[in-house]
Amino acid sequence: MPAPTRVVVDVMLKPEILDPQGQAIANALPTLGFSSIASVRQGKRFEVELAGEATEEALDEVRRAAATLLANPVIEDYDVRVQVLP
Amino acid sequence: MSPRIGVITFPGSLDDRDALRAVKLAGGEPVSLWHADADLKNVDAVILPGGFSYGDYLRAGAIARFAPAMGSIVDAARGGLPVLGICNGFQVLCESHLLPGALRRNGHLHFRCRDQKLRIESTSTRWTQAYQPGEEIVIPVKNGEGAYVADEKTLDALAAEGRIVARYVGANPNGSSRDIAGISNEAGNVVGLMPHPEHATEALTGPSTDGLGFFTSVIRALVPAA
Repeated sequence: MPAPTRVVVDVMLKPEILDPQGQAIANALPTLGFSSIASVRQGKRFEVELAGEATEEALDEVRRAAATLLANPVIEDYDVRVQVLP
Repeated sequence: MSPRIGVITFPGSLDDRDALRAVKLAGGEPVSLWHADADLKNVDAVILPGGFSYGDYLRAGAIARFAPAMGSIVDAARGGLPVLGICNGFQVLCESHLLPGALRRNGHLHFRCRDQKLRIESTSTRWTQAYQPGEEIVIPVKNGEGAYVADEKTLDALAAEGRIVARYVGANPNGSSRDIAGISNEAGNVVGLMPHPEHATEALTGPSTDGLGFFTSVIRALVPAA
């Protein structure tokens, strides 16, 4: 049996949607001395373990899961990629 | 016979009891519905109450949308069943795509709980026909993720089609686009509202009884004029 494959789904608010959490983080950074950071956007990362190999069919299923549940495509973008584990 | 109005309880719902009580005070027959049961018990209308269904995990309303009862409600709403989503219920309606747009975190990040003045912008929905056009009411607002967002095209269409049901008057409590407090679908049977009319139905416990109109509206819509 092949080792499980990890697929990473990154979910971010669309650029035009205000991200007050990211702004609050960005505002806190200078007070901690991190002065070179201009702005922050906060998102979510999902680590999905596949039962088998990352076939196109399996990745398609993850993409459907991302569009259906993991992300709300009305306000969020998502990116699905296979993570090569060492 | 008075209309049967269902209130669905999800794990984490908070305001289901107040919604049932509001239905009763308005003259309807309150019917408790359960998220895991696809049977809507022949109700004439449904209310999705406020609270934190599934702990707001992932996104507010994202998991509740897939409850068995929601499958029945989405089908019935497309067939004309009156559905009112209050607060978390509004979030569930957006996640279900029964209403356009989404609710995001309040612009100032604070949970806002206060009495709020609203202006009723549309009296043609099943849930607002007991109000006068432009009527101002005061009911509680209490949310952390209550800022309504949609793209400009959607916002323009909502305004043009008279689907903005209520707007905040005075200070906007959450950064909602165009001061939107509630919207409806095209047919006017599905309404989402961020503030809480069910908490303003009795002088003893609410800031007013202004919220009662949402419940008497649907009863009036369901009972043919004698």
